[in-house]
Amino acid sequence: MSYRFFVNGDAVEVDVPGMRRLLDVLREDLALTGTKEGCGEGECGACSVLLDGAVVDACLVPICQVDGTSVRTVEGLGSAEQLNDLQAAFLETGGAQCGICTPGMLMAAEAFLATSAASSEESIRDAIAGNLCRCTGYTKIVEAIARTAAQRQAADPRPA
Amino acid sequence: MTRVLPPGTSELSAPDPLVVPPATRTPGRIGRLPLRREGPAKLTGLARYADDLVFPGAWYGATIRSTEPHATLLAIDLNEAFDWSRVVVVTAADIPGDNVVSLMRDDQPILVPVGGEIRHQAEALCLLAAPDRETLRAAKRHLAVRTDRLSAVFDPLESTEEFSHLEVGRGDLEAGFAEAEVVIEGTYRVGHQEQLYIENQAMIAVPGPDGGVTVHGSCQCPYYIHRALKRSLQLTDHQAVVIQAETGGGFGGKEEYPSMIALHAALLARKLGRPVRMIYDRHEDLSATTKRHPAVVRHRTGVMRDGRLVAQEIDVVMDGGAYCTLTPVVLSRGVLHAGGPYSCPNVRIRGRAMATNTPPNGAFRGFGAPQTEFAAETQANRIADALGISPLELRRRWAYREGDTTPTGQVLRESVAALEVLEAAAKATDFSRHAEQTRRAREARQSGARLASGIGLAMGWHGAGFTGSGEVHIAGTASVELTDEGIVRVLTAQTEMGQGTKTIFPQLVAEELGLEPDQVEVAPQDTSVVPDSGPTVASRTAMVVGGLIIKAARRLRAQVQAVTDHPFADSYQVFARDHGGLRVDEQFEPYPNVEFDDATYTGDAYPAFGWACAVARVDVDLDTGEVTVRDVVSADDAGRIIHPVLAEGQVEGGTLQAVGYATIEEIKLVDGRYLNDRLATYLIPTSLDAPRIEAILVEKPFSGAPHGAKGIGELPMDVGAPAVVAAIHDATGVWIHDLPATPERILAAMTGAPAPGAPGVSEPAPERGAA
Repeated sequence: MSYRFFVNGDAVEVDVPGMRRLLDVLREDLALTGTKEGCGEGECGACSVLLDGAVVDACLVPICQVDGTSVRTVEGLGSAEQLNDLQAAFLETGGAQCGICTPGMLMAAEAFLATSAASSEESIRDAIAGNLCRCTGYTKIVEAIARTAAQRQAADPRPA
Repeated sequence: MTRVLPPGTSELSAPDPLVVPPATRTPGRIGRLPLRREGPAKLTGLARYADDLVFPGAWYGATIRSTEPHATLLAIDLNEAFDWSRVVVVTAADIPGDNVVSLMRDDQPILVPVGGEIRHQAEALCLLAAPDRETLRAAKRHLAVRTDRLSAVFDPLESTEEFSHLEVGRGDLEAGFAEAEVVIEGTYRVGHQEQLYIENQAMIAVPGPDGGVTVHGSCQCPYYIHRALKRSLQLTDHQAVVIQAETGGGFGGKEEYPSMIALHAALLARKLGRPVRMIYDRHEDLSATTKRHPAVVRHRTGVMRDGRLVAQEIDVVMDGGAYCTLTPVVLSRGVLHAGGPYSCPNVRIRGRAMATNTPPNGAFRGFGAPQTEFAAETQANRIADALGISPLELRRRWAYREGDTTPTGQVLRESVAALEVLEAAAKATDFSRHAEQTRRAREARQSGARLASGIGLAMGWHGAGFTGSGEVHIAGTASVELTDEGIVRVLTAQTEMGQGTKTIFPQLVAEELGLEPDQVEVAPQDTSVVPDSGPTVASRTAMVVGGLIIKAARRLRAQVQAVTDHPFADSYQVFARDHGGLRVDEQFEPYPNVEFDDATYTGDAYPAFGWACAVARVDVDLDTGEVTVRDVVSADDAGRIIHPVLAEGQVEGGTLQAVGYATIEEIKLVDGRYLNDRLATYLIPTSLDAPRIEAILVEKPFSGAPHGAKGIGELPMDVGAPAVVAAIHDATGVWIHDLPATPERILAAMTGAPAPGAPGVSEPAPERGAA
């Protein structure tokens, strides 16, 4: 069966069984290995990607549900040479340590930043509650997201 | 051609007249913090972890494991109805060399041979590889294992098989207790804890044309794997190559187990003649890999009514699981830290590590100390409670000062920051005022009140680097090289797993050479490239190996400057062009005046200690026993801080692991099998469970290391749990002796209801049906 969708703005078509996980399509069929597998059962959030802007666990989404949608992964953020503001904030605050939760954490944070005007510590912690990190204690991750939220708010101070 | 200066040598040639380019360095480099070296790759998905590596034609490997805790392996039967032509099967008979996972003791087989003894539920019996996952799954279904069950032991207190024991002590224990006005006893139990790195264990083996094998994977200690491969596959130094892939967390969990997976992948790859991917899923990782050792710690403490500490008798029993792994060293560290950071004239600490029919326990951040320091601190807090002295004041009296002597007879000559961290944490949290408030609130509480708040304090110490003569035995070598191309690079086997090795090493070398950190490269952790600088464990990377590369950089600078007669930074590229490369090897030499006697277990157990104090605040729901840890302040002394952002990250992360240990992380066992062996059932703190954590860095440098640094990775793990338990007591008035302090245990303590079973001890096998 053939499925067509967008990944980071590029149109793609894959011919795979409909129940193949989006995670495997990204990692193995499209060679986008930035999205990680931590548990395969939707508990850790390492495979978080955006599906039409909403954060989902790519290990729980069959590819048949992705047909016609737009998927955004960590590869769609800034490049190593030119990080986007959120990635730069993670780098500067120390929000990434081992890095394995980082791509999913960034996508969950992007979803939060795109939809929420409120950037209280509580709302940030709530937004990333589905993404486990074992290295940081979350302190610097929350700091990086708060900093980015403030910067984006300052750059575009529309009330949501 | 690169010349190599071996350790201890200096080659001083006459200065050649060189044309040196004008200085191009930018001023003001000192004091600016480099950003995480591999950060941009990790933040963009470019970093390649093991499962991200592509090897065309690779097959998938799987491990067939025991489903019984203790049995004799009678046979491995392949169903003839299945087409086995597309599957490779490896059994113990395929192992060319020794069938042991080489570590401390030769007891753990790579695969249990037919006729051999199965000693735990997750023991590896044979291996399969297939070209695709479907075939692999089908093959697993068509393989059956026949066994003869034996009786199993699950409680270390009932076990008669000992891995190791030791005793340390000083003074006259009987006289101490005779003098004591109050004697307080307590028994504390802790269960397993899973490291839960978010990247599961993973290894990929690629067979080489020379009969050798190259293994790529997630690991802390490439040379442990190298040694294991050479021995069991009968390979030469050059035939076995281990290359660390980007590693998604370790915390000790990737110290020894990766050797097992690498051996499995390599055996399959060599038989198949193709690369084999051995990538664990979370369930297999949780089921089979090592955990923190469960422990039972008994304390008997003699004090005077004014609070003076006069006698400590401590008994530590650890559960090693089915095989020895690193257990004797874990026990040793646990025993050496069991008294807490307190001066006591009469002490005896005994420890023994016992075998049970559960999967082997191994390294986890803290390495035996979190278990015994939880007990020591809870005991100290109970004593303060019993004597009516504030826990802060009690510690002011007890804490080690410079000149004090530890139970091994080690005189703490320098770098003792026990009081500094205590006061820093107490001041930052306004501990005394808050404790007074929570005490009043508790006393004024009406029955039927729902919520109670509490504040608790605990302190600890953590020996930096290997225990005893460990560093001398390892004798690690690290190098700094100026390549033929004029590039400075650091060569060590120290792995980056999130803690920041690849950032601080260039920083340290750059500082010595007058360069920018980004002018210093880090050689890959590849055993064919870097020397064996020892494992990445024991909080030793920054202190021990960091010290080696500083010394190597100084020698490199002197060599180059002796020839060029110009500052290194201005002349090294010309030196390389005209004279070729130069590599300086630096081997560990004992720190001055640090001596330990392995036979009597006396002397300087560690070259230096880190010191920590945590203050935790909790809310307890008095109806449900549910605990919310609101905030934790952890003041940690790790000597001179190299990179404050990375150091804070260690304290914050270690503190949350300790909070998880204190509150929610527990493994239940039935018939020696982990029951909650999925992420849906083994819980670690999320961002909502996590308290707000504040790290305070206290700097009391260690003069033995050229940069004054001590270890930091493990230290915060030692103090968080007892601080949380003290806060729970402050809120509820009950002491929790067993970790984790679950709602069930708290309610049992508050109401007198039956408590849940001891943590870490398996329930027996369920009754079998008539069939």
